[in-house]
Amino acid sequence: MRRTVFPHKLLPWLLLAPQLAITLIFFYWPAAQAFRQSVLREDPFGLSSTFVGLANFRKVLNDPAYLNAAQVTVVFSLLVAFFAMTIALFLAVQVEKIVRGKGFYRTLMIWPYAVAPAIAGMLWLFMFNPSFGTLAWPLRQLGIAWNPLLDGEQAMALVVAAATWKQISYNFLFFVAGLQAIPKSLLEAAAIDGASRRHAFWTIVFPLLTPTTFFLLVVNTVYALFDTFGIIHAVTSGGPGRSTETLVYKVYNDGFVNLIMGDSAAQSVILMVIVIALTAFQFRFIEKRVHYG
Amino acid sequence: MKTVNLLVAGFVSLPLAAQAQTEISWWHAMTGANSEVVEKIAGDFNASQSDYVVKPVFKGTYPETLNAGIAAFRAGQAPDIIQVFDVGTGVMMGAQGAIKPVAEVLTEAGFSFDKSQYLPGIVGYYSSPEGEMLSFPYNSSSPILFYNKDIFEKAGLDVNAPPKTWAEVWAAARQVKESGAATCGYTSTWLTWIHTENFAAWNNVSWGSNENGLAGTPELAVNGPLFVKHFQELADLGKEGVFVYGGRTSEAKQNFTSGECGILTESSGGLGDIVKAGINYGIGQLPYDETATGAPQNTVPGGASLWVMGGKSDEVYKGVGTFFNYLSQTEVQQYLHEVSGYLPVTMAAYEATKASGFYDTNPAREVPITQMMGKAPTENSKGVRAPNLPQIRDILNEEFEKMLAGQQTAEEAMTSAATRGNAAIKEATGG
Repeated sequence: MRRTVFPHKLLPWLLLAPQLAITLIFFYWPAAQAFRQSVLREDPFGLSSTFVGLANFRKVLNDPAYLNAAQVTVVFSLLVAFFAMTIALFLAVQVEKIVRGKGFYRTLMIWPYAVAPAIAGMLWLFMFNPSFGTLAWPLRQLGIAWNPLLDGEQAMALVVAAATWKQISYNFLFFVAGLQAIPKSLLEAAAIDGASRRHAFWTIVFPLLTPTTFFLLVVNTVYALFDTFGIIHAVTSGGPGRSTETLVYKVYNDGFVNLIMGDSAAQSVILMVIVIALTAFQFRFIEKRVHYG
Repeated sequence: MKTVNLLVAGFVSLPLAAQAQTEISWWHAMTGANSEVVEKIAGDFNASQSDYVVKPVFKGTYPETLNAGIAAFRAGQAPDIIQVFDVGTGVMMGAQGAIKPVAEVLTEAGFSFDKSQYLPGIVGYYSSPEGEMLSFPYNSSSPILFYNKDIFEKAGLDVNAPPKTWAEVWAAARQVKESGAATCGYTSTWLTWIHTENFAAWNNVSWGSNENGLAGTPELAVNGPLFVKHFQELADLGKEGVFVYGGRTSEAKQNFTSGECGILTESSGGLGDIVKAGINYGIGQLPYDETATGAPQNTVPGGASLWVMGGKSDEVYKGVGTFFNYLSQTEVQQYLHEVSGYLPVTMAAYEATKASGFYDTNPAREVPITQMMGKAPTENSKGVRAPNLPQIRDILNEEFEKMLAGQQTAEEAMTSAATRGNAAIKEATGG
């Protein structure tokens, strides 16, 4: 392959400058600040600060509340990723079968993605609020003691439902694209060989979708970990008890409600490490291509 | 070239014209009708003199405003005046060097500052252990009892006699539920503020050592027998469905305004929404425990106060002092009290409101004041303070929720809350 060499030395940098400036100011600088604060113990106003080394990290990692938050995060992320992907895949497969009005159906499916997380949270809160929720009443009529304000598992179910609902559109879009990329001839050949639709799905469609599925798995995990703050804040604020307090929510709560800057910064640094690991993992495996039959 | 010069000249002359007036920034967290009150007071002050211009800026909820103020201070861009809610008081007091005491600002600006002119319950809460008033009490409220008269009538209860003690509340709530007048007898907003902080003051029991933290770092006493008894009763009623939990802050107000619950304990500042809901409501004093000696004592204020940030010019401080002096004038306080439902902060304003006959037409509006002023405060009833009160409230709420969900008894909840709270206080004070 012939290498193209541009004569300019300055121009590329100039063109890159806006992006670099944004990255430096909005990513590297705050990240450096977080690192600095994570080794300090400070009062909220920053009037006095002491260097404490790794004491904040030690304290955070030994805090049962932090371990609880880690556990909540794992449960929450797995549930959201699982439900958001299976429901989206089911809907995407169903949409293939529609003969008329496919476009209309697809547009409707994509809508929820445009809803801001906090608004999505409020919608679900209004529907399931134990005292005035439109859907809480029928639940109670069915004999379910519905009270997510006190029942941790119900509260978890509610935030998982809201977070899943919002993510289905995104996954749906990718699955539809993935399904369209599968050659029809393969399915026709399978049909001629006498394979049932279900059999064809599991042996042909699903394996061919693995790159999409894997990509979505990473994206959904990152979404559940970091982009669901608004939903949790609006629906449960981490309660009842601490049953829906995720790692990200705890960073916010410790830093901005309880004003313990050092602990909060140490937690952000830990989260940063998790994100870096996830991203590295994603690049490594997506580059390698999971399965291209 | 000429046009450019003209333009430059124009830009230069603009700030010159404005320089005659000193600008004072005021960050606040007031929404709805209360934010209109802020705008009106600032506008009236600006019109009353020509040296200073007070500029109110809305900064979000109480915690958001406090955080914005802290972040701005760290960046060297602090506002001149910031409104901080009651639980943030300990945080601000711990930040000597970041703030300037209001008493100092007023005297340096040439105004005489006489503490006795202010309502003692309020001024005590915002003073240092040495008795110096640190912040200006802008909006103060106190918890009271609201009841739905229609539900009371249906349940066969006396609509003109709101329950006075907790035992009476439980009985009335049970009657409401059992008679089918409503699905829920009683609910409450702010369990921490009403059922621990005010419960302690009103029943004259200790919330924490060192005068509940006003005289030093407190050691929590919320696992005392009266608290345990009270919360066990609440938990039992919760199990029966007579008491319904609404949430950690003011969510439970909706359970009352929707007609689901017959009785509500809530801040006097919540009156506006209850009036707006159009229900046939009545008001009573905050209930007390009849087994407590000397109860009812007095309630402690909630709401927010105005703090003056440190490191500003003398000119700005003079302006702030002038503004606070204006704020404490009787007419301004009377307006604030009658329009917003918050308490007046000066005795003169209270007397003037009384003389105007306002309480004759709105008798319930005096309840939050009389219950706060009824008796001289004891060491249990001046208020509560901790360097990390928001965190303490969080811990209490978590334990309450576990208790109400039936995972633990009141004794376990309160013991655990005290232990965890004390550990957090120790941590916050660097221990």
